[in-house]
Amino acid sequence: MTGHPGVRAPWRTRLGQVLWGAVLVALYLFLLAPILVVLVESFDNATYLRFPPEGFTFDAYRQVFGNAAFRTGIQVSAVTAAATALLALVAGVPAALALTRLRFRGRAAVEAAFLSPLLVPHIVLGLALLLILAPIPLTDTYPGLIVAHLGVTVPYVVRTVSAALASADPRAEEAARTLGASGFTAFRRITLPVIRPGLFSGGVIAFLLSFDETVISLFVSGQNTVPLPVAVLQYVEYRSDPSVASLSVLLVLLSVVVVVAVERGIGLRRSLRSG
Amino acid sequence: MTAPAAPTVSAVSAPVAVKARGSGRHALALLAPGIVALLLTYAMPLLWVVRMSVNESGQGGTIRQTVSFATFAKVLGSAHWWNVIGQTVELGVLVTVCTLVVSYPVALFLARTTSRLRGLLVALAVTPLLISSVARTFGWMAILGNQGLVNKSLTGLGLIDEPLRLANNLTGVVIASTEIYMPFAILAMISGFGRLDPELEHAAASLGAPRHTVFRRVVLPLTLPGVLTAALLVFVLSLSGYVTPRLIGGGRVFVLATEIYDQATTALDWPVAAVLSVLLLAVFGVVIVVYQRAQKVLEARFTGPQEARS
Repeated sequence: MTGHPGVRAPWRTRLGQVLWGAVLVALYLFLLAPILVVLVESFDNATYLRFPPEGFTFDAYRQVFGNAAFRTGIQVSAVTAAATALLALVAGVPAALALTRLRFRGRAAVEAAFLSPLLVPHIVLGLALLLILAPIPLTDTYPGLIVAHLGVTVPYVVRTVSAALASADPRAEEAARTLGASGFTAFRRITLPVIRPGLFSGGVIAFLLSFDETVISLFVSGQNTVPLPVAVLQYVEYRSDPSVASLSVLLVLLSVVVVVAVERGIGLRRSLRSG
Repeated sequence: MTAPAAPTVSAVSAPVAVKARGSGRHALALLAPGIVALLLTYAMPLLWVVRMSVNESGQGGTIRQTVSFATFAKVLGSAHWWNVIGQTVELGVLVTVCTLVVSYPVALFLARTTSRLRGLLVALAVTPLLISSVARTFGWMAILGNQGLVNKSLTGLGLIDEPLRLANNLTGVVIASTEIYMPFAILAMISGFGRLDPELEHAAASLGAPRHTVFRRVVLPLTLPGVLTAALLVFVLSLSGYVTPRLIGGGRVFVLATEIYDQATTALDWPVAAVLSVLLLAVFGVVIVVYQRAQKVLEARFTGPQEARS
């Protein structure tokens, strides 16, 4: 996008540069302010929300694990997210395969349909799922939560896997088939290994989206299955103390670990393949 | 978080099509699981909302199965609901304008810089996406509250006697929402700034254009498509935002999202909740049509002279 080292517009005077730099620093501070505050607050020894903190302690971190709603929330979210990611792959991978590899009538329409859930506000989807799951009754159950999260995660899996498939050469698969491999074997032995990083990141994205889904969960969860974001929201609505900050810090660490692990996992495999 | 650096939609439409006999049947078999999932988890529920919106609510949380526009008439005939719709749109416009203003300089800088730190600075700008909006909203409560960072600092410095009212009102919701949507806007702008070529700025400047003219005549027009995309994204996201209006608004800011939730779960008036949802979708539709019109106008301005030349 840039890539023009040495080209510097002459109208950028020194004073202009200083002002410009100050504006950028201020905007970055604004952008990162809530995160910095949450980080600092997580070590405060108060029992209510205040800033700046007046003491340093790990108590808030201990409170997170002592809070039953947070503990069950983590469990509910983890189970839901794992099941959602798995089902999203089951539904999304064949669809991505059809959309990238096959030519059929109405392909553009099907593709648009697969991406359309991204355009609908979650508040409307949440209500929609409540209306349809309540009479069955599947609200306040794991299956209900998983169904609710599936619609908004499938589009991301279709996108990620399609991108991976676009980089896999279909001629390799054709070659395998002319040599006598069945369609499924050719896919499993030739294409699957190539797109595995794409499958993996699609699954991880689906997991993280489901783990963090708040608004839709709010409608379909009840007293027995309260996912973590809903538990936190309900907690913050009535009281606010540093334990929410500590929990947020822990979750950030968790998602950083997951993202780095994925990056390294794929990077490692890629480097092995090219070597 | 919302899919960091997810591949673009266009990746799907890169057809490496294999022409085979019976590929339509194959396609159907491959698409079946996905289509079933979408029908069950998305299409049918949405249709159900539309169906519910033409029902009427009876006594004590019952629903009369009708096909009438009585609930629409009830909602659209009430000043209260018009206030909610008005405040939703007002919040959306305010948040969009503020987010664009604070995101544009950052995006412009990130698009133009040749610094080795560019990768790190891009990462820093989108890091907030990794953190749930509940946690970030919580951070804003600690900043904007009466005992928060801003008020403590200002009273400590003796600049104010009474704490500024920054939370439990629209002001607080706008400030926090602006930050929440900033990473989305920055990402959308950076990817939309593709036409921004430093050579053009250089050329304009060397032909004697003062810096504000270079900005107004070269930089701004080239970046407008990216700004427009970011505007659509932020407006649409903030129209349906629930968490920040709920937490920072402290029950005093009423928007369509909070009202849909309350009508569905507290008042148990599903027909009204469904009507509010249909109205929200209608606002979405209007916004998208306006966006497409604006995009066409912009494109005509860009390609017009070039076509005339060729």
